[in-house]
Amino acid sequence: MNRVRPLYWSIRRELWEHRALWIAPLAVEAFVLLAYFVTSFTLPHGVAVAKTGEQLRLPYAVAAGAVFMISFFVAVFYALGALHNDRRDRSLLFWKSLPVSDTTTVLAKAAIPLVVQPLIVLAIALAAQAIMLAWGTLVVAVGGESLSVYWSHLRLPLIWVLLPYGVAMNALWDLPFYGWLLLVSAWAKRATFIWAIGPWLALMLVEFMVLAGKDGGPIARVVGDRVFGGFDRAYNVAGQKNMTVTSLSQIDPMRFFGDPSFWAGLAVGAAFLAGCVWLRRRQDPL
Amino acid sequence: MAVIEARGLRKSFKTTIALDGVDLTIEPGRIVGLIGRNGAGKSTAMNAILGLAPSDGRLAVLGLDPWTQRDRLMREVSFIADVAVLPRWLRVSQALDYVAGVHPRFDRAKAEAFLDRTDLKRTSRVRELSKGMVTQLHLALVMAIDAKLLVLDEPTLGLDLLYRKAFYDSLLNDWFESDRAILVSTHQVEEIQHILTDVVFLNHGKVVLAASMEALEERYLEAMVGPDQAAAARALRPLHERQVFGRSILLFDGVPRAQLAAFGEVRAAGLADLFVALMGPVVRAETAA
Repeated sequence: MNRVRPLYWSIRRELWEHRALWIAPLAVEAFVLLAYFVTSFTLPHGVAVAKTGEQLRLPYAVAAGAVFMISFFVAVFYALGALHNDRRDRSLLFWKSLPVSDTTTVLAKAAIPLVVQPLIVLAIALAAQAIMLAWGTLVVAVGGESLSVYWSHLRLPLIWVLLPYGVAMNALWDLPFYGWLLLVSAWAKRATFIWAIGPWLALMLVEFMVLAGKDGGPIARVVGDRVFGGFDRAYNVAGQKNMTVTSLSQIDPMRFFGDPSFWAGLAVGAAFLAGCVWLRRRQDPL
Repeated sequence: MAVIEARGLRKSFKTTIALDGVDLTIEPGRIVGLIGRNGAGKSTAMNAILGLAPSDGRLAVLGLDPWTQRDRLMREVSFIADVAVLPRWLRVSQALDYVAGVHPRFDRAKAEAFLDRTDLKRTSRVRELSKGMVTQLHLALVMAIDAKLLVLDEPTLGLDLLYRKAFYDSLLNDWFESDRAILVSTHQVEEIQHILTDVVFLNHGKVVLAASMEALEERYLEAMVGPDQAAAARALRPLHERQVFGRSILLFDGVPRAQLAAFGEVRAAGLADLFVALMGPVVRAETAA
């Protein structure tokens, strides 16, 4: 008898099919690094005139932000196809001919945007920042400027705590968002993207008209919060103009977990995934 | 224990009744052909047996309820739908990795040995393979699974003759054993009739005929009759009649061989002819004359 690990291999399977999940962020990060190398001759001067160090930190922020952004788009399109593509190409029948439960399949597909993709983002961003640090240190040293000034302005220990924390909280926050996309991909016969955003756009449009053009109605606020709100909630940036995180004290998991809307989101997300399993069990190829 | 035990299996869709009280028993060691016209309910029956769709009535496959225990059932049931179902992006090596990773009864060495006898490269993707090669890959996976039941739904659709022959030869010689069963549906009846042990004819969701091949070969006989004998032969009420080179071939149900031998050459009816006789438009002796 083989030792079997259905969930593990189902996740591997997703990464075989959707190579963009890691190729796209790698490509973007390679581009960011290239731009950093090309412009790094200005580093010694930057260290010499640095006051707050914002300029010195910028490439590190870009390295994290760019890879996060591209991964967001890749994950959205992944989720919209995850329970749809194998119905369209009929390979659903092959997957269902193996001893893997529909629950395992759905959990593997949900794990991609909620667990695997955040880990990919972290790994690539942290690796890129490490490369930037090594190269930057070399350039600054060769340029004859103070390494201790350079390093202290970077605040890398802070970044390396903030980044994993923020990515993890955001992934938890995203459960209902990706749950919805997966549900649409399991249900819709075609045009999953339209079905995923259409109803919400329609609701927001109605709301916009009811409120006679004033923005910030409750529906628009909830939708925006659900899609982009994870990081906002993970850090306490209240009262700051540019919403930056500058100290560890702004890490605020109590606020994050104390928020009933987080737990409501988890419940709704779990219900969406249960819906995916229900649909998956009954589905024929398209 | 029977491999498949179905009693009063029913399934209806919005406007049609796909299965209308099907009884079916398949014992180990049998190779059963499920034969019917398009829309007769073959795929619906197979989907129910594989746990891909719910149905009404009693259904046990290897003692399990397919609809509620599909993943458990699939440890002991293999399934090839038709050549198109392997995903196009999958590599040969990935197919082996995946099945080995999820299937407790998969013998990877056996699958590798089978693949080594083909032209398939481990790095090839399904999209780069011909239909015949995709079937070889699927067959390599399925033959390496220690299953008790193999369900084949038009498995050789679109394949050339050599691939079709090799497909069934491999299954019979290297996979089939007395404790295993095969349920196969295909339109290429002539090609598989010599490997079948049993036949089930399905029409409009009902079992029209279920019998072993031996029983069929005794019960349904064809006599080749010259024009001078035709009227006398027709008096025995043949099920079906067709004309070949000016002679009549009449298909009889349950008329003793000795009695027919008086009219001319007698042989067991082929499955395809029997299918036409039982399902096709009825040609009465009077109108054919």
